Amino acid sequence: MKGIYKRELKSYFYSMIGYVFIAFLVAFVGIYFMAYNLNMGYPYFSYTLSGGLFILLIAVPILTMKSFSEERRSKTDQLLLTAPVTLGQIVWGKYLAMVTVFAVPNLIFCLFPLMIKASGQAYLKVDYCAILAYFLMGCAYIAVGMFLSSLTESQIIAAISTFGVLLVLYLWNGLVDFLPTDAGGNLAGVLLLWSLLAFGVYQMARNWILAGLLEVVGAAAGIAVYFLRPSWMERLLPDVLGRLSLSDGFTSIVNERLLDVSSLFLVVSVIVLFVFLTIQTIQKRRWS
Amino acid sequence: MIEVRNLVKRYGSHLAVDHLSFVVEKGQIYGFLGPNGAGKSTTMNIMTGYLGATEGEVLVNGHDMLKEPEEAKRLIGYLPEIPPLYTDMTVWEYLAFAAELKKVKRAEIPGQVEQVMEMVKLGDVQHRLIRNLSKGYKQRVGLAQAVLGFPEIIILDEPTVGLDPKQIIEIRQLIRELAKKHTVILSSHILAEVREVCDHVMIISKGKLVASDTPDHLERLIEGEETLELEVKGSRRQVESILQGIPGVGELRLHEQRDGLIGVQIQVTDHREIREELFYALAENKCPLYRMQISKATLEDVFLELTQNENEDVQGGSTEDRSGTESLEEEASHEGDL
Repeated sequence: MKGIYKRELKSYFYSMIGYVFIAFLVAFVGIYFMAYNLNMGYPYFSYTLSGGLFILLIAVPILTMKSFSEERRSKTDQLLLTAPVTLGQIVWGKYLAMVTVFAVPNLIFCLFPLMIKASGQAYLKVDYCAILAYFLMGCAYIAVGMFLSSLTESQIIAAISTFGVLLVLYLWNGLVDFLPTDAGGNLAGVLLLWSLLAFGVYQMARNWILAGLLEVVGAAAGIAVYFLRPSWMERLLPDVLGRLSLSDGFTSIVNERLLDVSSLFLVVSVIVLFVFLTIQTIQKRRWS
Repeated sequence: MIEVRNLVKRYGSHLAVDHLSFVVEKGQIYGFLGPNGAGKSTTMNIMTGYLGATEGEVLVNGHDMLKEPEEAKRLIGYLPEIPPLYTDMTVWEYLAFAAELKKVKRAEIPGQVEQVMEMVKLGDVQHRLIRNLSKGYKQRVGLAQAVLGFPEIIILDEPTVGLDPKQIIEIRQLIRELAKKHTVILSSHILAEVREVCDHVMIISKGKLVASDTPDHLERLIEGEETLELEVKGSRRQVESILQGIPGVGELRLHEQRDGLIGVQIQVTDHREIREELFYALAENKCPLYRMQISKATLEDVFLELTQNENEDVQGGSTEDRSGTESLEEEASHEGDL
């Protein structure tokens, strides 16, 4: 794993992508910093960082797009997969290399609150918690980008699809508000999501009986709840999906000065989930 | 060494490898021979653990490729069809990375990289970016990568494709050198190469193993009767009657060529030496002999016979095959000459 990690890290700096990524993030957050903190004299760096959240949607796809798609296109995955290392080591090695590149601008961000402190009142605890939450959220975005990169041979498709998915994650709360609140609408939504899940299971396992059984049982349970306890169905989707908002942990620090450990836990779970999915995707391709 | 049992690989409805079984013994050079799309690369990819088989198993020194992948992969060095090179690294960096990946001990990495570069003659380009190397050098870097760690088995997928004749000879020498300490399995569709380099040939067609033996045995397999090829000046009827008077001449095939020459193919029965008799008989009858040649079955014939559909209904078809074979042979021998 160490070998892959080191090679990957070096390659980001051979190919300039690493420098571009770091410069891009630091430059844009720096502009926000100048505008909010230096010119307007606002003492919280965390607020500046929330302005820089949108930058991640553009920067992360640049970082992750080539991670697995390029290996596949140039057939270098044959070297990795026939070497005496496990797939988990390969994926984690690559993931940690990307996280390391992303850690560089975050370490630079750690200097900004000190600059604020040098010129007056600063709120270091809030600011550093915000940087930590920002970093973890970026790590989750990177895991999503890496997963999408493992699905395709084209860097461009990987980058665009990553941007699309991250945009949905970024707008998550706004999109959840559009969901219906009445029981019927929620039942329809639940059935739709459940069908997608069953289809996904079929795609993975190629087993009609298992997928069909899952679909029928889930649909029956949903309909039963709808008729027996319609109140459970009301606002079910907005409530559940609203809890899955990745940026909540970060925004609660920024807006309410509140460190919400459970939402940071969600972010870490997303990271583990997408690394796992990446491993499964590559494993599955070897067998099809 | 390597035991492949009942290997099947299905891509959708297409059967790429069809119940393939064979055993590879230690210290020999094995050649996988087959037309394009025969399943050579797929088989090699499964043997090295890059792809999973639909059915069947691969045992490397008793380690199952699926159950103990790390132990099994450690014993194999692999050069795929397209060398898996990170083009943004220098040769030295790349080989050091490959060595680390293959679990070569940290202290031994620089020494081993030097040693391997010496073997494939990469010393001059060791600090250049792989991106800027020529195809031949890239191939050598790929080969160096496969040799690193000195695994017991080295698998090379078409190692000489795209190289110039001088490089081909060098790589072949290197393969022979490697075979002194390692088991080498290579695939090729160049018959002359397999004939020259390999101790054992496995012919694969449509995912099936159709023959597995030494090149000499394979050639003897369809040799049967010897054939003599002649070019004689004279009339067809005259030549035919002369030849039929000689004992040992079996089936005759005559065809007229340009400038009044008759081409003759004679099946010699009982392996008799009839060349002198032929010469004098023709000379007495004032039919000058322009050319006489013994033709034996070559690996090309074996290959074509085994990999083509068995259409033995028309005799004329086989003459056409033979002329096709000659041009193939010529190509191959030119390659050897250069």
